[in-house]
Amino acid sequence: MSYQVLIEDTGEDYRCPPDRDLLRSMERLGRKGIPAGCRGGGCGVCKVHILSGSVTSKKMSRAHVSVEEEASGYVLACRTCPRSDVRLKVVGKMRKTVCRVVPAGRSAKSNEGKAGSVVESA
Amino acid sequence: MSQSGVLRPGHVCIRVMDMDEAKTHYTQRLGLLQTDEDDQGRVYLKGWDEQDWFSVVLREADQPGMDFMGFKVRDEATLEDLATKVEAFGCKVERIPAGELNHCGARVRFDSPTGHNFELYAEKDWKGNGLGLENPDSWAEGLLGMQVARYDHCLLYGDDLDGTVKLFREALGFDLTEQIMDGDLMIGAFLTCSNKAHDLAIVRHAEKGKFHHASFLLNSWEEVLRAADLISMHDISLDIGPTRHGITRGRTIYFFDPSGNRNEVFCGDYTWYPDHPTITWTADELGKAIFYHDRQLNENFLGVVT
Repeated sequence: MSYQVLIEDTGEDYRCPPDRDLLRSMERLGRKGIPAGCRGGGCGVCKVHILSGSVTSKKMSRAHVSVEEEASGYVLACRTCPRSDVRLKVVGKMRKTVCRVVPAGRSAKSNEGKAGSVVESA
Repeated sequence: MSQSGVLRPGHVCIRVMDMDEAKTHYTQRLGLLQTDEDDQGRVYLKGWDEQDWFSVVLREADQPGMDFMGFKVRDEATLEDLATKVEAFGCKVERIPAGELNHCGARVRFDSPTGHNFELYAEKDWKGNGLGLENPDSWAEGLLGMQVARYDHCLLYGDDLDGTVKLFREALGFDLTEQIMDGDLMIGAFLTCSNKAHDLAIVRHAEKGKFHHASFLLNSWEEVLRAADLISMHDISLDIGPTRHGITRGRTIYFFDPSGNRNEVFCGDYTWYPDHPTITWTADELGKAIFYHDRQLNENFLGVVT
């Protein structure tokens, strides 16, 4: 069994079983360069806003998801599993890559960083 | 070796969100040995080949990252001397009595321009590496996972890089082994108090007090590859590697603990002596500096911190 997850920003959707987190299934979309972050609820890169549907989350860093945010549906995708079909919006740093338009048959080039990216804020 | 004052990175206190998961990761996967647990629930660990009682402390908290990094100094007189120097430098200094961490003597804690808390201490209980001190054997049996030999260094991210580099060079006697320069702006610094290529690394970053990784030593490239196998076998979140760094020449792999703190296991760098000149990497060759084989920058590695 799996649920449908719709990325509101791009209109893309993917399947995610209830025992797999939203990020891992998104990574399996195969989009090169999705900066998955730490995958442990620590870095905030994969923060999403659940617009509809039901999810359960494990402990997430309070530096990235406050109690108020969690109450209003903000979660880290790496710590969150679906309990129904889900519609979400990407708000974390991976938004830049997830929402990049990728022409059919071409993969996104992920390594265009310059020295400036070292000093870029998380 | 310039071992006149600060001896080595002696401990790091890492915040984790789930202690049971963290204990499994650090003991069964990295192969650290648990040597104590205190009444606050903090867990004490060491690499098998370390002599002192602990080098890693795990503390459960609601956000991951690093509480503090501690350096062992030669003796009590050195501790007092360096305490005076960091205070004169302008750091806020706090005295922590012996025993606040189990098995550890009095600590001098100070803040830094990049917003990290550091500590100095002179005494820690001796635990030994299990091989004995008379006619010892060469290695320990019964180790788990990656079998890391010891804690080695941390890489930290913060804003006032110049300030923290000045603190470590001028007040604490560290050497600058390598630096990354973007024109006149230093964006990365590799500092040593010993003859390792780095005991502490710091990268310029907009936010204060961030933790990039804690690193643990392996003895060979073969062991780094074996660590990579274990990362797959146990479905540990991989960051990057196995590969080599241009900077420090370390052969390395990076991954994350279950709370999202980055770990490195690595082997091999070079021998530093204090009369060696500083190596400079220029920003236009940053890809090769960081990942010597790919020669490509990696957004995850550069941008993900706790």
